[in-house]
Amino acid sequence: MKRFFRPFINGILRENPILVLMIGLCPALAVSSAAINGIYMGLAATFVLVGSNFIISIIRKFVPNQIRIPIFITIIATFVTIVDMVMHAYAPDMYNILGIFIPLIVVNCIILGRAEAFAYHNSVIDSIGDGIGMGLGFTLILVVLGGIRELLGNGTLFGFQVMPVSFKPVLLMILPPGAFLTIGFLQALQRYRGGKS
Amino acid sequence: MNERFYVSAPPHIKTKYDARYMMRQVTIALIPPTIAGIVIFGFRAFLILIISILSSILWQRLVLLLKGERRVLDGSEVVTGILLALNLSPLVPWWMPIIGTFVAIVLAKELFGGLGFNIFNPALIARAFLLVSWPMEMTTWMFPYIGINQATPLSGITQATPLTLLKLQHTYTPYINLFLGNRGGCIGETSVLALLIGAGYLFFKGVIDWKIPIPYVITVGVLAIVFRQDPLFHMMAGGLILGAFFMATDYTTTPITKLGRIVFGISCGVITILIRLFGGYPEGVSFSILFMNAMTPLLDRWTIPKPFGYKTLGRNA
Repeated sequence: MKRFFRPFINGILRENPILVLMIGLCPALAVSSAAINGIYMGLAATFVLVGSNFIISIIRKFVPNQIRIPIFITIIATFVTIVDMVMHAYAPDMYNILGIFIPLIVVNCIILGRAEAFAYHNSVIDSIGDGIGMGLGFTLILVVLGGIRELLGNGTLFGFQVMPVSFKPVLLMILPPGAFLTIGFLQALQRYRGGKS
Repeated sequence: MNERFYVSAPPHIKTKYDARYMMRQVTIALIPPTIAGIVIFGFRAFLILIISILSSILWQRLVLLLKGERRVLDGSEVVTGILLALNLSPLVPWWMPIIGTFVAIVLAKELFGGLGFNIFNPALIARAFLLVSWPMEMTTWMFPYIGINQATPLSGITQATPLTLLKLQHTYTPYINLFLGNRGGCIGETSVLALLIGAGYLFFKGVIDWKIPIPYVITVGVLAIVFRQDPLFHMMAGGLILGAFFMATDYTTTPITKLGRIVFGISCGVITILIRLFGGYPEGVSFSILFMNAMTPLLDRWTIPKPFGYKTLGRNA
């Protein structure tokens, strides 16, 4: 179990894809205007990540090195297609909000990055742990980012009114600059924590 | 301390021109427009100014405390506070200058490393932040000269700025109103006369030079003629004079080379006119200066002066 948990724990904070590895920033900045978007986007990416890490670590012994990237992309695209169709069928509202960013998970650098850097060199158990850890780390940051931006920019959290009625929302926070500002502060916080331990 | 035996690393002979001196000069130069703003818009303008300056000093002290730096306040936070207040409508809610100075001092200045390291003009970043976040509150203007004897804020009595009037109703405000400040607008931008007195003082003291503000204002005038608008109106309306003489002359965020400064001024003028005539906002001074702030490192690199006797070698040399 230790072999499973170490990469799993690693992915959530110490090697968090967004705060530390700084990969997958594009969907993180684009869809994090509300906390609920973060959950859906994060779970979709987690599913794809776990699935692709699993398959790739199984077949890693007989994938020719020269054509591994096309093979990875094909596997990732298969899982993305599954997510895309499932969300289209069962969560059409969220599918409309996330829009192009669901198909774009195919080229999300977290997924290809972990396939390349981890699943291609590690055993199946490790790779699944890494997939879940990285995916949940990604989801966590998306939800925190979306929550902060939604709270300040709209006065709500997961769609519920939290701030008092007299609160005047900071429109900037749900616009792109708000995403950059918030992610900068989160990264600074992570560095500060890392520096202390 | 006996100054004759002061031993330290060079330079040994120092002029009085340090950051504190410069900031004091700018503060003195900002007094005429500040007084004009208070006279025109009354007690509320005064209140906004006081809140802005005090909160600005407070944020600065707080940041230094958190950073653990024992640095003397250099007066730049006072200038930022005054400039931000002069850039606000007198009708903004009282908490807005506090958030504005937080953005200016903490986000735009200290997070980049403090005075001298900031990429953008702090007061303008704060104004842009507030304008994007609360567009309603930031663009509610009041009539000049009527608030003086009134106890309550004049929520119902608002007036558009001359540029908004031009954009929406195609009416020009008379020159004399623009020049003396009898018009709606930000606290510090209305009276061209007071601003020019302050700018004249800065020129006289050698704090600012002509290479940014003059090309800026002239470019706006020339482009106004090109687009068949009234050039004098465009040169006096909006925040152009305030922006050109007090914001676009910030040492940190503008180019250091002569040619770079002239290009900076002209480009600001072009962007200002483009936003005014073709953009969504009625006024473009603050965004044009911010945009050119971002271009400053490029301009500096592009306009490095050639030393005397220096010859560029060809590719084959």
